[in-house]
Amino acid sequence: MSRAALLVLADGRFPAGGHAHSGGAEAAVRAGRVTDAPSLEEFCRGRLHTAGLVAAALAAAAVLGADPGELDAAADARTPSPALRAAGRRLGRQLLRAARATWPSAELDAVARRFPKGTHQPVVLGLAARAAGLAPEDAAHCAVYESVSGPATATVRLLSLDPFDAAGVLARLAPELDRVADCAVEAARRAADEGADALPAASAPLLEVGAEWHAGWPVRLFAS
Amino acid sequence: MHLGHTHPAPAALSADARRPDGARRALRIGLGGPVGSGKTATVAALCRALRDALSLAVVTNDIYTREDAEFLLREAVLPPERITAVETGACPHTAIRDDISANLEAVEDLEDAVGPLDLILVESGGDNLTATFSKGLVDAQIFVIDVAGGDDIPRKGGPGVTTADLLVVNKTDLAPHVGSDLARMAADAKAQRGELPVVFQSLRGESGVADVAAWVRERLAAWTA
Ligand SMILES: Nc1nc2c(ncn2[C@@H]2O[C@H](COP(=O)(O)OP(=O)(O)O)[C@@H](O)[C@H]2O)c(=O)[nH]1
Ligand SMILES: [Mg+2]
Repeated sequence: MSRAALLVLADGRFPAGGHAHSGGAEAAVRAGRVTDAPSLEEFCRGRLHTAGLVAAALAAAAVLGADPGELDAAADARTPSPALRAAGRRLGRQLLRAARATWPSAELDAVARRFPKGTHQPVVLGLAARAAGLAPEDAAHCAVYESVSGPATATVRLLSLDPFDAAGVLARLAPELDRVADCAVEAARRAADEGADALPAASAPLLEVGAEWHAGWPVRLFAS
Repeated sequence: MHLGHTHPAPAALSADARRPDGARRALRIGLGGPVGSGKTATVAALCRALRDALSLAVVTNDIYTREDAEFLLREAVLPPERITAVETGACPHTAIRDDISANLEAVEDLEDAVGPLDLILVESGGDNLTATFSKGLVDAQIFVIDVAGGDDIPRKGGPGVTTADLLVVNKTDLAPHVGSDLARMAADAKAQRGELPVVFQSLRGESGVADVAAWVRERLAAWTA
């Protein structure tokens, strides 16, 4: 296992489409819920313990070898908003392309054949980590970090927030990221015996509602 | 995983010249350049000039709206199913150069849905003079500037002006009104670009997009040769 492979996968510049998505931040900014660094931190904390936890558990389960079809259905069941499901699949398809080019593997090719229009991003993240020789813990860390780094970077663009303040938010959340990643891996190991129902299903209604609202805007900076 | 008797190749990765079924994919040409220089107007004119002879599609990358796609739809230059808008997170240059995954999906989906296609035009929402297309996304790129944006743009150079496969200096009809010196623009472009071609055009004029359309036909002939 290469620790540097984790850096490649977790790099915000890894060309997998994330730059066009705000992780719900654009809707939260427009609704007046995110206005500055402290409110961004609260938004990210909420996302971390809900969407972040679920994504990390799905990713870790994929590294452990769970069936991608079962995980795809589990992700759908945990994503009520059709707009978010579509965004998750689109990002999954984009990540799969990048991962296949970066860590060529028969397993990733098979997933591309099975899901030509994409499976959920966290599932692909886990499969990519697996192809890169990474562990479930690595994929879970990647997923929890993405769940907060996406909104933080987007908010810098949306509010012209001081980028150092946004970086500070992420640094302060780091110990919590570690704890959530650990919980996610634990759940993924349980799911290896008990099936995907053992994966967490924490949901954030405002993120789901906001995503549906956002999808209807004629003018927006981000795709989701 | 048992896949039965057929083992279709998985989806393409980037600029692969052949599609998973083995057929040659469409030629992809990118159009970049500053906001308002006439990229969308050139795309529309190209579609009108070429659509009877070729199977075409267009991908737009707007900064934060769908205006380019909507303009092309309103003008009915192509049927709606041949026009796709990619959302760029306010960074069209990222979507055409640094992270081309959404654009690759758009071009491949167009070929799946309405193909076979001969040519796909990919327009970048203009943001600045440094935006260029990745070679993983397009086979050739056109950089469109106009005479009203300042006749010193060719002299200033930049990756678009210097390296694009074709430089288009648009809106020559406005040159007398904005005091742009076309001869100087041509000399500066020559100095920056050497042998690379430059077209001066006015979409309001008699010959319109004819020179650019001829260049596109040449590229297409080379692509399918
Ligand atoms: N006078 C003149 N106007 C033009 C010409 N080409 C485009 N335009 C106008 O310039 C404006 C911007 O064109 P558009 O194609 O939307 O620019 P884009 O932002 O580069 O896509 C529109 O109002 C066009 O009608 C031209 O050759 N001459
Ligand atoms: Mg345009």
